[in-house]
Amino acid sequence: MTAEDFQAILPLLVLAAGATVIMLQIAFARSIRLTAVITALTFVAAALSCIPAAESAPRLVTPLLQADHLALLFSALFSLAGLTTTVLSLDYMNHRGDEPEEYFLLLVLSTLGACVLAYSVHLVSLLLGMELMSVALYALIAYPDKSVLPLEAAIKYLVLSGAASATMLFGFALLYAVTGTLSFSELGEQLGNVAGSNAILLSAAGLIIAGLGFKLSLVPFHMWTPDVYEGAPSPVTGFLASVSKAAIFFALLRWFTESNIFRYTIVAEITGLIAILSMLAGNLLALQQTNLKRLLAYSSIAHMGYLLIIIMVASNPSNRALATEAGIYYLIAYTATTLAAFGVLGLISAQHTDRENVEIQHISGLFWKQPLLACLMLAALLSLAGIPLTAGFIAKFYILSAAVSGYHWLLLGSLIIGSAIGIYYYLRVVFYMTRRPDEHSYLLETPGGWHIRAISCALIASILLLGTVPQPLMEYLRSILI
Amino acid sequence: MSLSVLLMILLLGGIAAWASERINADLPRWTSIATICIAILYLLATINNLGIENLKAIPDPANSSSWLIHEKTQWIPRFGIAFELAMDGLSLLLVTLTLFLGLVAVASSWVEIQFKTGFFQANILWTLAGVTGVFLALDLFLFFLFWEVMLIPMYLLIAIWGHEKKAYAAMKFFIFTQVSGLLMLLSIMVLVWQGNLANGVYSFSYFDLLSLQLDGKLGFFLMLGFFAAFTVKLPAFPVHTWLPDAHTQAPTAGSVLLAGILLKTGAYGLLRFAIPLFPEASMKFAPIAMGLGAAGVIYGAILAFAQSDFKRLVAYSSVSHMGFVLLGLYAWNSLALQGAVMQMIAHGVSTAALFMLAGALQHRLHTRDMHQMGGLWYNMPRMGACAMFFAIASLGLPGLGNFVAEFLILAGLFAVNPWITAIAALGLITAAIYSLWMMQLTFQGEPDKDRELQDFGFREMGTMAGLVVALIWLGLYPQPVLDLAQPVLDGLQTFIGTGSGFAGAGQ
Repeated sequence: MTAEDFQAILPLLVLAAGATVIMLQIAFARSIRLTAVITALTFVAAALSCIPAAESAPRLVTPLLQADHLALLFSALFSLAGLTTTVLSLDYMNHRGDEPEEYFLLLVLSTLGACVLAYSVHLVSLLLGMELMSVALYALIAYPDKSVLPLEAAIKYLVLSGAASATMLFGFALLYAVTGTLSFSELGEQLGNVAGSNAILLSAAGLIIAGLGFKLSLVPFHMWTPDVYEGAPSPVTGFLASVSKAAIFFALLRWFTESNIFRYTIVAEITGLIAILSMLAGNLLALQQTNLKRLLAYSSIAHMGYLLIIIMVASNPSNRALATEAGIYYLIAYTATTLAAFGVLGLISAQHTDRENVEIQHISGLFWKQPLLACLMLAALLSLAGIPLTAGFIAKFYILSAAVSGYHWLLLGSLIIGSAIGIYYYLRVVFYMTRRPDEHSYLLETPGGWHIRAISCALIASILLLGTVPQPLMEYLRSILI
Repeated sequence: MSLSVLLMILLLGGIAAWASERINADLPRWTSIATICIAILYLLATINNLGIENLKAIPDPANSSSWLIHEKTQWIPRFGIAFELAMDGLSLLLVTLTLFLGLVAVASSWVEIQFKTGFFQANILWTLAGVTGVFLALDLFLFFLFWEVMLIPMYLLIAIWGHEKKAYAAMKFFIFTQVSGLLMLLSIMVLVWQGNLANGVYSFSYFDLLSLQLDGKLGFFLMLGFFAAFTVKLPAFPVHTWLPDAHTQAPTAGSVLLAGILLKTGAYGLLRFAIPLFPEASMKFAPIAMGLGAAGVIYGAILAFAQSDFKRLVAYSSVSHMGFVLLGLYAWNSLALQGAVMQMIAHGVSTAALFMLAGALQHRLHTRDMHQMGGLWYNMPRMGACAMFFAIASLGLPGLGNFVAEFLILAGLFAVNPWITAIAALGLITAAIYSLWMMQLTFQGEPDKDRELQDFGFREMGTMAGLVVALIWLGLYPQPVLDLAQPVLDGLQTFIGTGSGFAGAGQ
């Protein structure tokens, strides 16, 4: 490996080095403040290191990692998401667990896994990244070990996620048996030589779709989602819902595009069916929820369904560029929005050590008590609902234009119906937030401090800026996709 | 002179009103009044600069330079989206109405709203900004943006300051308009994609899309998307059911804004977008649209008569009156279109006044049930006189604005479809029944002499006087309004190819 190779994977190196430093620091002196500062600095350094890394991109670093602008863009995004999660977790972890320092170490490791996924062009690095991310997440979910819900959620996630990984691994093995390669681009070539329908390939596809469907919580592999989201500490849920989903989806998009998996129409058809089921079932199931984390869990299922439209549109080569662009914009917007929504839930639960305050009545009157947090929640909800001026609207607009360009009327119809149902449960939360003081009697304590205000303002600003001045990011995406 | 300044005044005024609450709880109201006055003065100054001959020139809808004011700044060039605002006589009329009713809305909330006055006034100003944006935007993306964004402050007005069933009403209002809006968004996207296929570039500009040739079937479905969004807002039978709930539960200022201007955005959208963008499809659809209009006129009137809730009665009367607008628009000849524009303005003024009266009654009696009223003229003669005036205005008494509007619509419609005209004309009779019935139940009858009620004061009488003068002016000398709208309507008719298209459609 040359110096330029190292430069190109600088974000990964920075995160790995950061993880080592944090480990050593904890070994010598426990201090949550110090750990948090080092973690934050690591994330900032990792995000900034994408700028020098871009100079030597694009290049293939070992057969496993493709260091191109997209990988760097997502590495920067995941690092910033990690930074946000660090800040949002600070007060939360301070009130839970006697030794909260390793929490931040796990967070760095999980982010490292997500960044590896962003780089991966090989099924080996895909699996490595995914496992690094997930294993760290098991521990993160179970970190507040004094209460039952996180432990239950962690076990559930561990068992099911392990099973999904195994399923997928088996699928990879079958693929390897047929093609003799695991690299995305060679896989594409080899698959082109294999005759049309092959029973082994078909079972491989089935196994892999099931595994990925589980990881992305798509219907009918979504059962774990609400329970795990509810049990996990809110900041971790935010990280799980945004970074891990975005990383896996991006890796999937890259794999499908580079290996041209779309040539198998049956795969595209199944994807379309899963998309429709996820959009409708996710939104319908969210209607009945009174627990905000479960509500957001079902809404995330629906959002993954919207995202799958991208895969369907990308199956037509002439629309692939627009579809990829739309997918990436959606992932960025969704990451910011989801972090914001779970961030608010984490903050209002920070002071309570036993259980989280995430029933809908807990945020009653938030608008009058905590205007900043309420504005953050409002921005996040409107963005999830796809109301103009927010990131979510431009993202949905992108998906609509991609789907219209491919004339996918059925998917468009489901998208419209799903969004229409979605408005109801998002707005219900807004309504509770604006209830007057005389209509409820719930007292709420939230942590203050400049770091909370700064991160809230930054999240609101990013949601609004992505929704009002999307042109720079669009231009950038276009420039790196060509 | 720039139209975006007008929007900025209202937006920033909203923020100022919100912030001024920290100094004094009474200050936001004055901030609101000041903001709207500045906006009106700015608008007057703008018109003054235009010159009278410009206002009389017939614009070509497809040629941006023939509009009174046109401004365009690139916004999202990736998709050909621009911040494109333009004004012609029609937009000017409606923006004026918006700002005028904005003042009425602030006045009507003067004592009613005591909870978080700053945020309340901010929402009023933001609603006005959104509606003004709808009347001015000529980029379809921007138009959709204003169309959706104006709902949020309105939703908050109902959800926070509404009456007993506000959660249900606010949600219903939002979902109805949002879902139909999504259909319109889908239509816009497909339309733009067709433009992209034809011209090789994305463009959301009205001027680029107006001349697009569409395949007949596709055009019809796209037109339906627009039609759905606009008729829900209008509202037309049978998608009107959100309206009685929203109007009844909204605070007075919210009802004034809803009935006065938000409903007009639907009519405006039909006239500006749905029909000119899809002339052939609209022509085919005209008989159904007129049928829905006539059904709305009759159905709204019958239901209005069945109500015991004052606000609900006025709300259903809106359904009836807006049915006339739908009839006028799809009759598509000069007389009927003039009538539709006139109806938009006259109905805005008269209904705003009726909702203000309803709000004043509820504030004093703590009920909207008309069976618990009666003889109120004895207790509040000034209020009774005002109510009488607006009730007979609403039933279409000659000499007042509503009569001119409905007469023009029926006269124009008769040339197109006499039978529907005959049915719609029944609406004039039913309007008389429910309006007078309302007066009898509330202000006439046996008075309760022990009731101590405060009559209209100086502020309320001042507002009412403004509305009365407006209606009389519209009724006795409507020419200035007609002169402003005429060139626009002529331009639209020339563009679509008058006579051959719509006039024969209904027969």
